Amino acid sequence: MTTAAKSESSSGRGGKGAARPTRPVYRLEIGLKPGSLDPAGLEARTNLAEAGLAGIREVQVFKTFFLRGRLGPDDVERAAREVLADPVQEVFAVRQDLELPSGPGGPMRMVTVLRKSGVTNPEAESARIALTGIGIDVRDVQSARTYLVWTKAREKDVLAAARRALGNDVIEDVVPGRVRSFTFPKPTKRRIRRRTVPIRRLEGKALVTLSFQMGLSLTKVEMEAIRDEYRDIGREPTDVELETLAQTWSEHCKHKTLAGAVEMSDERGERRFENLLKETVFHATTELDKSWCWSVFEDNAGVIDFDGEDGVCMKVETHNHPSAIEPYGGAGTGIGGVIRDILGTGKGARPVANTDVFCFGPPDMPMEDVPKGSMHPRRILRGVVAGVRDYGNRMGIPTVNGALMFDERYVGNPVVYCGCVGIIPRKDVSKKARPGDLVVAFGGKTGRDGIHGATFSSVELHSESETVSSGAVQIGDPITEKKVLDILIQARDKRLFTAVTDCGAGGFSSAVGEMGEHVGANVDVSKAPLKYEGLDAFEIWISEAQERMVAAIPPKKWPVFKELCDAEDVEAFVLGEFTGDKRLTVRHGKTVVCDLDMGFLHDGLPRITREATFTAGGDAEPTWKPRKRYDKDLLELLGMPQIGSKEWVIRQYDHEVQAGAVVRPLTGTEQGPADAAVVAPKLGSNRGIVLSNGINPAYGDIDPYAMAMAAVDEAMRNAVAVGADPARIAVLDNFTWGNCNRPSTLGTIVRACEGCRDAALLFGTPFISGKDSLNNEFRTDEGELISVPPTLLISAIGVIADVRKTCTSDLKTPGNPIYVVGLTHDELGGSHWYRRKRRVGRNAPQVREDAPAVMKAVAQTIRKRYVRAAHDPSEGGIAVAAAEMAFASDHGMHLDLRRVKGTTRENHRLLFSESTTRFLLEVDKAKAKTFEAGLKKAGVAFGKAGRVTKEPTLTIVGRDPAGGRAAHELIRIPTVKLRETWRNALHLGEEA
Amino acid sequence: MAARAKTRKRKRATKKSPTIRILVLRAPGTNCDQETGYAFEREGATVEHMHVNALLAQPKVLTRVHGLAIPGGFSYGDDLGAGTVLGTAMRTRLLEPIQRMVDKGGIVLGICNGFQVLVKTGLLPGFSAPDEPGILPGIAHETPERAVALASNIQNRYEDRWVTLKAVTDKCVFLRRGDVIHCPVAHAEGRLVCDDEVLDRMSAADQIALRYVAPDGESPVPFPYNPNGSVDDIAGITDPTGRILGLMPHPERNQFPWQDPRFHRGDAPRSPEGLLPFKNAMRHLRKTFA
Repeated sequence: MTTAAKSESSSGRGGKGAARPTRPVYRLEIGLKPGSLDPAGLEARTNLAEAGLAGIREVQVFKTFFLRGRLGPDDVERAAREVLADPVQEVFAVRQDLELPSGPGGPMRMVTVLRKSGVTNPEAESARIALTGIGIDVRDVQSARTYLVWTKAREKDVLAAARRALGNDVIEDVVPGRVRSFTFPKPTKRRIRRRTVPIRRLEGKALVTLSFQMGLSLTKVEMEAIRDEYRDIGREPTDVELETLAQTWSEHCKHKTLAGAVEMSDERGERRFENLLKETVFHATTELDKSWCWSVFEDNAGVIDFDGEDGVCMKVETHNHPSAIEPYGGAGTGIGGVIRDILGTGKGARPVANTDVFCFGPPDMPMEDVPKGSMHPRRILRGVVAGVRDYGNRMGIPTVNGALMFDERYVGNPVVYCGCVGIIPRKDVSKKARPGDLVVAFGGKTGRDGIHGATFSSVELHSESETVSSGAVQIGDPITEKKVLDILIQARDKRLFTAVTDCGAGGFSSAVGEMGEHVGANVDVSKAPLKYEGLDAFEIWISEAQERMVAAIPPKKWPVFKELCDAEDVEAFVLGEFTGDKRLTVRHGKTVVCDLDMGFLHDGLPRITREATFTAGGDAEPTWKPRKRYDKDLLELLGMPQIGSKEWVIRQYDHEVQAGAVVRPLTGTEQGPADAAVVAPKLGSNRGIVLSNGINPAYGDIDPYAMAMAAVDEAMRNAVAVGADPARIAVLDNFTWGNCNRPSTLGTIVRACEGCRDAALLFGTPFISGKDSLNNEFRTDEGELISVPPTLLISAIGVIADVRKTCTSDLKTPGNPIYVVGLTHDELGGSHWYRRKRRVGRNAPQVREDAPAVMKAVAQTIRKRYVRAAHDPSEGGIAVAAAEMAFASDHGMHLDLRRVKGTTRENHRLLFSESTTRFLLEVDKAKAKTFEAGLKKAGVAFGKAGRVTKEPTLTIVGRDPAGGRAAHELIRIPTVKLRETWRNALHLGEEA
Repeated sequence: MAARAKTRKRKRATKKSPTIRILVLRAPGTNCDQETGYAFEREGATVEHMHVNALLAQPKVLTRVHGLAIPGGFSYGDDLGAGTVLGTAMRTRLLEPIQRMVDKGGIVLGICNGFQVLVKTGLLPGFSAPDEPGILPGIAHETPERAVALASNIQNRYEDRWVTLKAVTDKCVFLRRGDVIHCPVAHAEGRLVCDDEVLDRMSAADQIALRYVAPDGESPVPFPYNPNGSVDDIAGITDPTGRILGLMPHPERNQFPWQDPRFHRGDAPRSPEGLLPFKNAMRHLRKTFA
């Protein structure tokens, strides 16, 4: 349906009901020249094999276009020759079958994948643009891929594997054979009428049923509040009004749990929060009151001072449920959405970096253990990475920092965090729509995409989610968003608008509702350009079609703005105006379909008090007999996918675009892991931004308070390790949790909030923005409820005065001493070393009072360039950190654990404990004395524990378990072996 | 990007030397335009940024500039194959003015997506094909043959990594034989393919400009030194005049010393290697238009 209607509305051919002669649909098949290398075929083969199809001899791919318009066979021939088929690599056939390659011989099965109607198809749209450009009048385009699979397998099995590996039922049709004909669907007529929903007479259960039937995701109490409001007004609500209320009152938009009242009880006693977030996380920020925080918790993203003239802002979003159902589209629109958050910060910020943190089920999970209705973690991972890649790279924003976590509990409900950082002039930080300003929407067209995204994100997933919620999934179109970015920055600098915001969850309803909160707005949704006809008023109003922004533009500036948009092929139109009557009026033409009081819309949500309880988790602290050697343990840790190399992911992202990369995700001659990213966002300036993160759900299984403290500490020390000034770091709190209507789950989030507050106050590090995604649960067919572990991501953003004074983690010069700064304790609880043995333990790492002093002292020694390499022990402890520093370089390291300061003396704890606030530093030999004096003066504990060796081997010695006095060798492994183990930890790539 | 429409001037251009104007083209999806323009400015050029719609409306602009840069990115999304839509538009509507600019001594630089676009226009390798009819009915200018393609990387995915390049031609004004440049590649479609006859022809005419080599200069090289499986390790080619260069890697991403991954080890050269093509080209233009 889309394709047909799409060209309809964009070609400007009006005339409803005009005689439409049936034009032929031309088929064009394009394949590689015989004998060409077919990388897409090779990849498809790997994916099919992974999906369980055995005995594949070869796979090749060809594509098919279906074209309709005012054209004849000659035009199609020319379209192929000049545009659609490459003259060097490809051959084509018009209106007949392409001659198939002979392949390796033997039986061959064909299967074709094509986009469903209504789903964005950038390839088809590009073809239409390109062909129109050379004078071929094509109106409708559809494209498809046909896979030739040489295998003896039955057609049924090939098809089943293809559905799992090559297409996704949610957005694509996967059919056997090649597709010889295609019928473009006829557009349906638009329905224009005001529809009311009787609610005033409903009670209790009937209200809940209504909420469920309409997909509103509102609770009984909320439905009652709405009913009472309409009883007062004396009429029934319209469907658009109910939808608008549901969007605005959704957990996604209102954060009603975290901003709500909570009565908490745990071992520390009982306490009450009127507004949990305000009294914990925000409270710390208010208390700290940093002058360099320009905007906190009020806009799309928090803004901090960059260089006085410009600020930097950051936001992290989740897109968990869409990514579970359609990983590629879900993750792509996740990153697309958070980029729009940055575009819509203040009067518009320019994105300069992206980050991504994902949590999935174990990549090596046996297929039979994956619950019905969810995809294998590897498939989700591949799709998510591809989605972020294709969107972020096309936007020209470097993806520079991230993390990958694995746990069985993420299998049905993966976690996808996408972050974006922008830069914004100080004068543009504030915004305010004024009465009389036009409500202008620009960017993409509106379709049925993502209807009920905001409410969908607030319910649990189940095995049928895929089919029921497919409307919530969308495919992004990054180039449209890139065009929006180009226009937005030009318009901002020409001062053409007074306010701008993004269309995210809730679409126009949220964007206009938020911008007009204090003034009121009157809009006409029939003005919105549609992807296809037939949308109801409420659908246009709440559609979450991507790549759209809303701006408040003074009428006299509208012509300039429109001209700017026209010059760069960006669609812009006046949706209505901001009024001053504090009402939200929505019309479809002349029919008023919504008339809401802004006060009720934004403040009418009933407040309820929730109960929260907490008891510490974990299991008894295991005891281990001291062992003589730990070589195997270290190799096992490096081979864990969570610790192992993420190179397969990292290299698919452009981390260099905009020419600002200083410290990249991989570092050193041999490319080991970096602690944090450093980016210089202004061409010609040496000032930089540091980006890092802290996340460790395993500690949360013991105590989310400890987890939150440790996560802030980890983010801080990662940033400090590359050279950040701890006094200029801000953090973001990003929560992904289970159902917080359960007091025990809510209790864990209360603990985490308290941890965030205390860590922020301890480090003097303000929170500037946050995100919460609750109800991350998956119900299996057997009725088992799998809740994600409490997953707090702390994202840190800091400012670095001179990027030339940064530091990387790879070892630099043999002979330099290695110091371990900070104290090591008996803190193996939640550690990777325990996890490897499937234990949790009880001693989660704590953050202590001396932490800020350690951070400050280390940062100083790095800034003064005493330090040549810095790395923080985190996952896997000192042993893994030392290994990473060594194998990133072509040198080795010798480390003596007896010199490591702390409260524990046992080798296994010194090796693998994940105590916080520690650093491994390679110090310039000539500066060692000054370095030591500096740390002593600051009162920071440290030990000179080793040296960089020329021989590329990691040697770690410790106390003799038999009680002897001499050093006892615990680990001795050539770095090449460490590196190979680390690199092969995550098997994902099909190698050419 | 704030200064996108503006023209920046660098003080380095002394009064004596001629003003060299470089047009940096931008299409929907172009995303390396700022840093590419900046590299030219560092070498003294006056840079003008322009949207392709504006240039198509006024191709005459090309008569008053000395060079055209087509930066990296994903023009029009690259959903039809990298560079196809912009390449088609340029092939049909801008070939003649570009050819005229080059005839007068002007230069064209295509980086990454810009290279893919140049290949789609036929300007690279620039073999004339007088027999091929013009694309738009009624317009019959001489259209160069599209003789090479930049196909999907052998690993069939996008890859971002630093590579070592070696200049292997005497012909190209952007390069001096033996120049070694470290800079990153970041693309999904960069594997140069052509038939043997074309390869021989380019080779005989000294049009193979840049090869991927090992960090020690060794050649030929396997993956990942050759990051995409390109035939003969080819990273860039030039046209028969030597004034058009297309390359997949991004020299503009190594224009500040701290961009070089060797920087933190203290091994990065003082003068960033990525500036070499810009320096050489500007030297040529100053000489030509003095």
